[in-house]
Amino acid sequence: MLNLMDNCCPKCVHTSSAPCSDYITCRTRGPFCHDDKGCQDKRQHYVNNVRVPAGGELRQIIVCSGTGCISSGSVQLADQLKQELDCTGLTERVRVKRTGCLGFCENGPIVQVQPEDVVYVKVKPTDIKDIVTRHLMNGEIVERLVFHDPAGTPYPHFGQIPFYARQTRVLLANCGHVDPEQISEYVATGGYQGLVKVLQQMSPEQVIEEIQRSGLRGRGGAGFPTGKKWASARRAAGDIKYIICNADEGDPGAFMVDRSVLEGDPHTVLEGMLIAGYAVGAKVGYIYCRAEYPLAIKRLKTAIEQARQYGLLGSYILNSGFDFDVYLKEGAGAFVCGEGTALQAYIEGLRGMPRVKPPRSTEKGLWEKPTVLNNVETLVNVPFIIRHGAAEYRKRGTEKSPGTKIFALSGAVTNAGLVEVPMGQTLREIIFGTGGGIRDGQGFKAVQLGGPSGGCLTEQHLDLPVDFDSLLSAGVTIGSGGMVVMDENTCMVDVARFFLAFTQAESCGECTPCREGTKRMLEILQRMCQGKASMKDLDDLERLCRVVKNTSLCGLGQACPNPVLSTLNYFRDEYMAHIIEKRCPAGVCSALVHYRIDGSLCRGCGLCLKNCPVQAIQGEKKQPHTINDRLCIKCGVCLNKCKFKAVVRA
Amino acid sequence: MKESHCLSKENKLAELFLHYKDMPGALIPVLQQAQEMFGYLSPELLRQISAGFKIPLSRTYGVATFYSQFHLKPRGRNIIKVCQGTACHVRGGSKVLEAIKSYMGVETGETSEDLRFTLETVACLGACGLAPVITVNEETEGQLTPEKAVKRIAGCE
Repeated sequence: MLNLMDNCCPKCVHTSSAPCSDYITCRTRGPFCHDDKGCQDKRQHYVNNVRVPAGGELRQIIVCSGTGCISSGSVQLADQLKQELDCTGLTERVRVKRTGCLGFCENGPIVQVQPEDVVYVKVKPTDIKDIVTRHLMNGEIVERLVFHDPAGTPYPHFGQIPFYARQTRVLLANCGHVDPEQISEYVATGGYQGLVKVLQQMSPEQVIEEIQRSGLRGRGGAGFPTGKKWASARRAAGDIKYIICNADEGDPGAFMVDRSVLEGDPHTVLEGMLIAGYAVGAKVGYIYCRAEYPLAIKRLKTAIEQARQYGLLGSYILNSGFDFDVYLKEGAGAFVCGEGTALQAYIEGLRGMPRVKPPRSTEKGLWEKPTVLNNVETLVNVPFIIRHGAAEYRKRGTEKSPGTKIFALSGAVTNAGLVEVPMGQTLREIIFGTGGGIRDGQGFKAVQLGGPSGGCLTEQHLDLPVDFDSLLSAGVTIGSGGMVVMDENTCMVDVARFFLAFTQAESCGECTPCREGTKRMLEILQRMCQGKASMKDLDDLERLCRVVKNTSLCGLGQACPNPVLSTLNYFRDEYMAHIIEKRCPAGVCSALVHYRIDGSLCRGCGLCLKNCPVQAIQGEKKQPHTINDRLCIKCGVCLNKCKFKAVVRA
Repeated sequence: MKESHCLSKENKLAELFLHYKDMPGALIPVLQQAQEMFGYLSPELLRQISAGFKIPLSRTYGVATFYSQFHLKPRGRNIIKVCQGTACHVRGGSKVLEAIKSYMGVETGETSEDLRFTLETVACLGACGLAPVITVNEETEGQLTPEKAVKRIAGCE
């Protein structure tokens, strides 16, 4: 038996065409249909070895194969590792496994050795030999490859690395540990037990009640209570209902949260959808995934195929009379499709434009039928709640925002990556604890939450607990979990312009305030960044913000002024510097910045000339160089490269 | 560019029509797959799809121009996508873009005359930990600087 899901011996009666109701529990605790110690041992052996136990013979090397690590070369690493194991005759005792994202992308490729849980970071092909001969053969940790904090302290073990030690990994427990392309690994770690529980022990009403008791709130941004949404769809009249899993992950900068879950643990999402389908009374589910996530799409397809193969999707699931199937819809590139009604229009084959609400989607959604639309992360919470109960779930997080939340911590922070923390943790703990503070010894300036619908918070908010209501009271939303940290080198007017440029480009054009308003707002912000704005522009901008916020049709327009309003609120002086002094204090806005070389300091070493990506620097060797301002793109490479401080930014 | 397609592709298109014939909401998957076959959605192709599915050409065109992944013009041999997500932006993504633009001599969304490059921007590639990021065809390149990016692109055929 190579695969836990297949029959252990001819005595096993399970087939996916005639499913047993105990199929899933039978896999991990069985067999139930026949008594055979040998079969039981085989299953136990498989279950115990998904995470190899300490003290055993077997070792496991996990090569992180999320998008981040793959782009840093982890596929070649895994292949090379297998070869090296072959050469040294260790293949029998060491298993190589490729998993989803471990969330520490910046330090990729990441290689983990189990059972000792040693983590190697930034592993290069040339390091493989060391890992095999020194670690696997001689049991010695290769210290130069373990994570070192900026102070130089090494952290060889997974649980010790500050980035992981401060996290509470509940939703991400499987990510980076199970093989996302093997359904049996998911089942072996308790997967689909939630589905079994609802089918065997709970009525749909009880499932909804349990979710309501858990206090789970939608992770897509607004924090709407999930149980309430399900209940309203269940109550809605009609036989045909739909579940949609929204994997469109809106915010630029948070585009990691859902992706990592889909890549690392796709079956949890399917199980969440199955439970939702059962509770609501739906037979069909759709997953809408951005086409920019090819790996997530590939792994989802595999997961759906495997779930169908073993009778966990389709008709008569686990002999219960419950039918449910899931279809994958690949997006075609439109941010607005993250909005529920626009997403439904997309699935119907139309332009993704939102419609006026009410009626709500739970009454009239996809093809006019009651539809529940949940975000990926919301659905991932569901199997946990069902398996462990609402009370256990509520042990984490706050009274009004229970559970944990995954954040994509990025920007000017030392440890960028995917972070799961209990709701209610303070921004300071996340940014300076888990995140390790600001990189390169810079000062903290702001943190941007909620992407283009959110806003910036400053130093004064660092002790604010991160939960739906506290953030809302500070004027920002949690969004889908983007947390972009900004240091002193960030221009806040430029940040506002950046978000507006994004929403303006993504505005679907249906309603006038958003279509025209965002355009005019962007023009004003562009003028500010170019040093061409007047004080009247500032007044106009503020008025436009109010109008667009109050009169747009959907969330995209209603929320798009938030980045402008929050930066205006906290960084008004920067706006003033741009408007009145025509100066960009952070030195970012290229029209307001000029680079020149101080001839008295330049030694003519040619380093800047060599590194300039646009050949804007001229000069003879050993003679002072000059920068051609017309060609210069103000990238600042020369400033960073110059060893003699001869490049001046003004 | 001629609008002639080889026979096997015509057959594939017919197959595609058959497969999606009665499926509700088929237009977008059909456009996606047709584009995959032909590289871009030519006016002729849009007309064929409209006729095949009895959808007004205006609607097909409306859908094809609404979504950023549909291309109505031929594209270059190398597709360079520069991430403009927040994380990339604060770590210098726009400087990477400027450098690439100036190297290729094209603007965002354009294809170079020799069809060597198409330059696009993307809202986020989901590799924020590696910011700034670009993709060169299917490959993701992270932790770039303007000069590293130009060097990488210069290596394209």
